[in-house]
Amino acid sequence: MAGNREFFNRRLHSLFGVIPIGIFLIVHLTINYQATKGAEAYNAAAGLMEKIPFLLAVETLVIYIPILFHAIYGVYISFTARPNNIRFSTFRNWMFLLQRITGVFLIIFIAWHVWETRIAKALGAEVNFDMMANIVDNPAMLAFYIVGIVSATFHLSNGLWSFFVSWGITVSPRSQRVLTTVTLLIFVAVTFIGVRAILAFAV
Amino acid sequence: MAEQKTVKFIIERQDTPDSTPYQETFEIPYRPNMNVISALMEIQRNPVTADGKKTSPVAWEMNCLEEVCGACSMVINGKPRQACSTMVDKLEHPIRLAPMRTFPVVRDLVIDRSRMFDSLKKVKAWIPIDGTYDLGPGPRMPENKRQWAYELSKCMTCGVCLEACPNVNANSNFMGPAPLSQVRLFNSHPTGAMNKAERLNAIMGDGGLANCGNSQNCVQACPKGIPLTTSIAALNREATVQMFRDFFGSDYSY
Ligand code: HEM
Ligand code: SF4
Ligand code: FES
Repeated sequence: MAGNREFFNRRLHSLFGVIPIGIFLIVHLTINYQATKGAEAYNAAAGLMEKIPFLLAVETLVIYIPILFHAIYGVYISFTARPNNIRFSTFRNWMFLLQRITGVFLIIFIAWHVWETRIAKALGAEVNFDMMANIVDNPAMLAFYIVGIVSATFHLSNGLWSFFVSWGITVSPRSQRVLTTVTLLIFVAVTFIGVRAILAFAV
Repeated sequence: MAEQKTVKFIIERQDTPDSTPYQETFEIPYRPNMNVISALMEIQRNPVTADGKKTSPVAWEMNCLEEVCGACSMVINGKPRQACSTMVDKLEHPIRLAPMRTFPVVRDLVIDRSRMFDSLKKVKAWIPIDGTYDLGPGPRMPENKRQWAYELSKCMTCGVCLEACPNVNANSNFMGPAPLSQVRLFNSHPTGAMNKAERLNAIMGDGGLANCGNSQNCVQACPKGIPLTTSIAALNREATVQMFRDFFGSDYSY
């Protein structure tokens, strides 16, 4: 595949966005949703994930490496664009810009979130319902988390749309329009799950 | 008779490729059915700014004067389009003209579109039929396919789609929509299809297909109504298949 490095990297970036990062995001938010059923239900669901054998290896392979690659290459992609939304104010052009803004914001959000939870755990803290409840007790942190979650669900849903184009699945304008509706519904559903879950920690 | 009606033009000018751009305002006599080129010709005849200062005539390019060569493309009231087919009566006034800065500016409204022509060479946007002997007639093209391909062949390499694309700029080497769509055109031609893999591999290289970020501005901006984003998605599908062929091998790898 000599000479095709950029093509290969782009396709890998696109793939990683959905598999595994997108799938991980949905699983993650769905587990969090257990918090709406109380602290115990949440702790049980989260505890189940901790029982995965070779956890650190699985985390590294399925989460850390793909997300690092996607994020670093994503920043490079974001900053090689020169947005022109004032001159060309079309729906897809705004989606293009939002995909990049949410991506860059997600780096900050995810870094903070990982520091507060996963790294805290490595340093001896226990990750459970109370930990999250403590974090979002602060209204500013709750707002930060809500913006972070909505950024992630938007980025995933709109990314799913462009994933289908990048791999040549939706070619006709009609199929692309239908996909816009489908990914919008996905956005609404996943955002509902994610935001309801974080609010459950706040009450 | 009432006072002569005039039209005001605010033009972004630049004397050399490296000098700083500046603005000049011109007020020229109105005539019915003027297009932007005829206004520029008027300024050329009498290069005096609105406040009476004598200046150099504004430089621009043109050839066909009927929107088929693309040479006169410039940014008119913020939108890249052809000066020859843009009617003064249909524009908001004052009319603002600027060069398409995605390309290097040569002088005033004249730009260097080599970037696009080089890409066409890179992707082999032609059908190689030259040889040492007569190859005879090629395979026939079905009529409905010919009509379909005709739409893609309307591209005049004007560069409007590159100007509209947020991913084509000085930081990126993305070739832009026009050369990509040409690959789809030539790969669909019965004779052109003989070099299909070669063209696909060219757009799967640096600055190629994968740089598209789906802002889909190009398809809205193209004056010829070429289905650029459909071409790009169709090529994405071809490239997916080609990628697997290249890696795993194919029984038909010519
Ligand atoms: C929650 C984490 C994330 C998820 C689930 C995710 C998912 C996705 C998906 C599915 C795509 C579509 C791929 C395609 O167009 O084919 C995508 C594209 C993109 N992502 Fe992410 N991503 C995440 C984090 C990030 C981060 C941290 C950045 C950093 C800036 C980023 C930047 C981008 C960019 C720039 C694109 C557009 C690529 C293009 O249009 O070529 N993403 N993402
Ligand atoms: S595809 Fe359309 S906008 Fe792009 S160069 Fe060709 S004619 Fe111009
Ligand atoms: S002069 Fe040829 S397109 Fe305008």
